[in-house]
Amino acid sequence: MYEHEGEKYFVVDAHIALWDGRASNQKNIHGKQFIDCFYDYHKNLSPTDAVWDYDTYTYYGGQRLLKDLFEDGYVDHAIFQPAILGEFYRTGFGQTEEALELTRQNPGRLTYNHAWDPRFGEEGLKQLREDAGRMNLKGVKLYTAEWHGDSRGWKLDDPWSRRYLEECLELGIKNIHVHKGPTIRPLDRDAFDVADIDKVATDYTDLNFIVEHVGLPRLEDFCWIATQESNVYGGLAVAMPFIHTRPGYFAQILGELLYWIGEDKILFSSDYAIWTPKWLVEKFVDFQLPAGQSEYGPITVEQKKKILGLNAAALYDLDVPEELRLPTDAGDTDAEVAAGAKEAVAS
Amino acid sequence: MSTVTPAAKTSLASEVTAALATVVDPELDEPITDLGFVRSIRIDDVGVTVHLRLPTSFCAPNFAYLMAADAQDALRRVPGAGRVMVLLDDHHDSDRINAGLALNAGYRGTFGPEAEDSLDELRRIFQRKAHTAAMERCVMALLRTTDRKLEDLHELTLGELPGGPHKEALLRRRTDIGLGIGPDDLVVVDEDGRPVAQSAVPLRLRYAKAVRVSVEGNAHFCRGLLATRYDDEPGGLTTHITDTRRAS
Repeated sequence: MYEHEGEKYFVVDAHIALWDGRASNQKNIHGKQFIDCFYDYHKNLSPTDAVWDYDTYTYYGGQRLLKDLFEDGYVDHAIFQPAILGEFYRTGFGQTEEALELTRQNPGRLTYNHAWDPRFGEEGLKQLREDAGRMNLKGVKLYTAEWHGDSRGWKLDDPWSRRYLEECLELGIKNIHVHKGPTIRPLDRDAFDVADIDKVATDYTDLNFIVEHVGLPRLEDFCWIATQESNVYGGLAVAMPFIHTRPGYFAQILGELLYWIGEDKILFSSDYAIWTPKWLVEKFVDFQLPAGQSEYGPITVEQKKKILGLNAAALYDLDVPEELRLPTDAGDTDAEVAAGAKEAVAS
Repeated sequence: MSTVTPAAKTSLASEVTAALATVVDPELDEPITDLGFVRSIRIDDVGVTVHLRLPTSFCAPNFAYLMAADAQDALRRVPGAGRVMVLLDDHHDSDRINAGLALNAGYRGTFGPEAEDSLDELRRIFQRKAHTAAMERCVMALLRTTDRKLEDLHELTLGELPGGPHKEALLRRRTDIGLGIGPDDLVVVDEDGRPVAQSAVPLRLRYAKAVRVSVEGNAHFCRGLLATRYDDEPGGLTTHITDTRRAS
């Protein structure tokens, strides 16, 4: 919980990781390139006093995670969104068992989301059923640009992917987080393309599709789709840190999101450990859209409360203390989204 | 490092630089020379060798290939350049792309079965986005600086736009996607150049704004990451130019 100027905010960090990018876990040069790329993101967009040394960054472990999020970072609840990257790392990049154990040890504070890949076919479906039970899955993080053998990726509307989505419906895994951001080892055709989200969001209205990194660098395509689909959400991971380095630009992203998808569909996340939540939460609560731009803002305290935690809490049925609650349409698939934009698009 | 060169040599080096400045990052809509993507230019008796670099090892290989191939084409058009070699450094597909370029293998020939036959459609998607963003910049500047009203923007023509970098950029983008650049051509058009009805103009501009924010955001990312990635390198993001060609 974060308290500032008499207002209390319930904070959900909707995208965190417990990774091992150390040389000992790297399978090949791409494992090194991947963690180095993450470290450049971290160095480039963090405030100087929040920059870690490289060795700590490659592996920080569970205790450091708990401290950064819950002791220092004001976070009430955090959700693991792992990238597996089995072709780059011996035990995967995201540390499944370690994160799962940490989740068990900290009931109510952590949620573990796992991943699936439709290219594993029937075997993968079987695995998903086992994982859902063992991991108590409420959500998954999908990485459509992951390499698998000769394939450079897949799409959410591939026939096998649809079978997995149907299985998610059966298993009660209702939150489908999809990485649609700055690309990594992409497939050639649609590394950033969000069109597949459009198709499956229409077909699976009982699932929530959370587009991580708000589709940057295809923000407009994401907004256009999300305006028309009430079960499409935007995760602010990677967009968040611009609040420090380029606040004017962050205002434009946030302004566009509020216009197109509305305050009930935007989720805060630090993308820990790329960035730590403490400074992001502080800056976000202090943040204001520029008064000079009449088409934006001002952003209200209520909107900030929803974005910082209440929307994600609704998607994950988290228990929010009475005094911190607000009504939100998040999770309500019949709710109108960004009514102004939606009407304009429909006409 | 640049070497001190006689006038004749400087001319070739500047022609090479000018040729590279015509190559744009399709996503960012900015010249690779402005973005710091040209790491070095070496001119010798045999030809011209250019090394390119990108913000991360994982920049999309299709865009990486587009820029490297465009650079190769642009350099081959420089008279007297000799043998042209373009090499992409520090990318996860560097070896593959460099070999493909050396063999003129084309995109599909370089990447194999999962690649599209050609990158023309991809290029066109981003040219359209660049046009949409450029249109928004022109129109918003006009609304800010004149008493022109949103209600009559559907009638706005290119001839009514004040000159300057925004307009020049718009005309270039229009040419790229085959739209007219005459003074009577309409400014606010859809992606195929068709007029936009008066009632649809506000949404068209709103969408155009989201496109602009998206393109600019990616540019912020890429510039920042490139600077972080190469901040230890002597000379930072400047282009190292070496010219050892003997005057003929």
